[in-house]
Amino acid sequence: MTQPLIQLQDVTKSYPGVDVPAVKSLNLDVEPGEILVLVGPSGCGKSTTLRLINRMIEPTSGRIIYEGADVTKGDPNALRRRIGYVIQQVGLFPHRTIAENIATVPKLLGWPKAKIRDRVDELLELVSMDPALYRDRYPNELSGGQAQRVGVARALGGDPDVLLMDEPFGAIDPITRDRLQNEFLRLQGELKKTIVFVTHDIDEAVKMGDRIAILRDQSEIAQLDRPENILTEPADEFVENFLGSGAILKTLTLRRVRDIDLDPMVTLKQPVHRGEALTAMNDANTTTAVLLDERDHPLRWIDERALNSTRSSLETSGRPITVQLQPEDTLQDALSSMLQSSAGMSVVVDGRGRYLGCCTIESLAGLLLPHAPGVPSS
Amino acid sequence: MTTVRVQTAPQRKRRSIASWTSDQLDLIVTPVLALVLLILLVTVWTYSTFDPTTERILEPAQLARQMWEQTILAFFSTVLVVLIAVPVGILVTRGGAPRVKNSMVSVLGLGQAIPAYGLIVLFFVWLGQGGLTVIFALATFALLPVLRNTIVGLEQVDKSVIEAGRGMGMTGFQSLTKIELPLAVPIIIAGIRTATVINVGMASLAFLIGGGGLGETINAGLKLNRPTAIFIGAVLVALLALIFDFLGGLAQRYLRPKGL
Repeated sequence: MTQPLIQLQDVTKSYPGVDVPAVKSLNLDVEPGEILVLVGPSGCGKSTTLRLINRMIEPTSGRIIYEGADVTKGDPNALRRRIGYVIQQVGLFPHRTIAENIATVPKLLGWPKAKIRDRVDELLELVSMDPALYRDRYPNELSGGQAQRVGVARALGGDPDVLLMDEPFGAIDPITRDRLQNEFLRLQGELKKTIVFVTHDIDEAVKMGDRIAILRDQSEIAQLDRPENILTEPADEFVENFLGSGAILKTLTLRRVRDIDLDPMVTLKQPVHRGEALTAMNDANTTTAVLLDERDHPLRWIDERALNSTRSSLETSGRPITVQLQPEDTLQDALSSMLQSSAGMSVVVDGRGRYLGCCTIESLAGLLLPHAPGVPSS
Repeated sequence: MTTVRVQTAPQRKRRSIASWTSDQLDLIVTPVLALVLLILLVTVWTYSTFDPTTERILEPAQLARQMWEQTILAFFSTVLVVLIAVPVGILVTRGGAPRVKNSMVSVLGLGQAIPAYGLIVLFFVWLGQGGLTVIFALATFALLPVLRNTIVGLEQVDKSVIEAGRGMGMTGFQSLTKIELPLAVPIIIAGIRTATVINVGMASLAFLIGGGGLGETINAGLKLNRPTAIFIGAVLVALLALIFDFLGGLAQRYLRPKGL
């Protein structure tokens, strides 16, 4: 295992006049290149924990190790210039243009002007904003979503290795939030920054996090693990309650169709006669089959009624297959396609559209609830 | 959370439109008023018949000197106010001593609680007669609006903007000079404008301790029962005040940082 990029060692923060510390001897390692999400109920100290890392709040005791060096003492401003910081309210400087806002840290670091100008344009493009259009505008001309894009660009200004994000998408409407989250994940795929991300929204945590730390009062870590492990095996009752009843549903977004044992189903490959089809289905003792064309592309669901109606040929009876899944799709996609599908299951095809198998509610349940009794397999 | 964001965006826009129109009005109403006064002044001056006493009181060269004195008194007392009140306002908003700040505002507010007349006499007792004494007295009197606006101006700066600045590694001083002061400028200037207008008006009392100014004309008119002289003296004071106010309005308009 590589050396953690950030380490909090026995960090405590207590405020004078308050008996219980806000953060109590916290130990936390942040691995390079990961998104670590701190999530917990309000008042649990997750924001305080985040602000301890860049010393916006000074710890009462304990040590903060950044890139192997103790940064608990020393100039906090120099430390902060090496760490990107994004807050919920964005906090763009209203009297500075977008370009000047993004140039804040490079300017503090004393970069030459030409380099700053290039950096600003590069960052605006990175967050999908046209530099020519936005460079010289002022923040009051931006929508909430655009403002937070600029906020992220500004945090990346000095090319820091670490980004601290305090509910960055919390004040943005759900649709824009979803888009920004996806864009941010794409961005992170390119940038590979180390990110500590605070949210109170477990769904956001599951979506964004490589690892999730669920915190309870005084920033005590209730569980720290990969999201799928937390969702399937909550450490205790607190975590279980925090995840809420929808935990199983949340795992749907994390797992892929390829994880499922596909149901082979009876397939009828064109050209096929009605009689052959009937025999095949009777032999397999099933009521539904998939009709494939010559190149193994699934065409229609064939059931008994379709077989019995003699009015039309096989390729026009039965119901057409409208939704297909690919192994990379999430189980959430699988579930919704099954619900839409007339047969109550959906076909899975490979990248070239060739039939691989079928995905049924039973196989989905078998994956999600491995210990559930009596899951029938056909 | 979402609703808050949705509400603030149009509000901010509306506010900027409102302040824009009030700015426009500001810069129109004052000159119009000044023009009306000027016409009144010229009319009275042209169509009244002055007796010799009035003529001596309203001798043009003397009036010009008094107006100049009044301007100088108002100008330098305002400069003094700014030099004192803005740094004090900055100091008391640093650190974390709200009690110091509040008591400071009360103590300096006392200046305004004492009548200007009394203040000038008090300073006369302490510093003797002359324009300099008047400037100190006026500065004391007009301290409060600038101090209060400096404090309010610095405190109304969005905390998240400061947090973002500090979080990116700005020092406290950089945060003050690059974020907080520029964002407080419109409110501070509004305070300075108020102080200037107060000072122009109050400089009419300078004659009490030999500081000159248009108070001499008004006083002579009163003592010698010459209403025309009183009127012309008063209108000239008002004109000066309006001119200063207009300049303040211009400053407020053009020194406001872009993007606000």
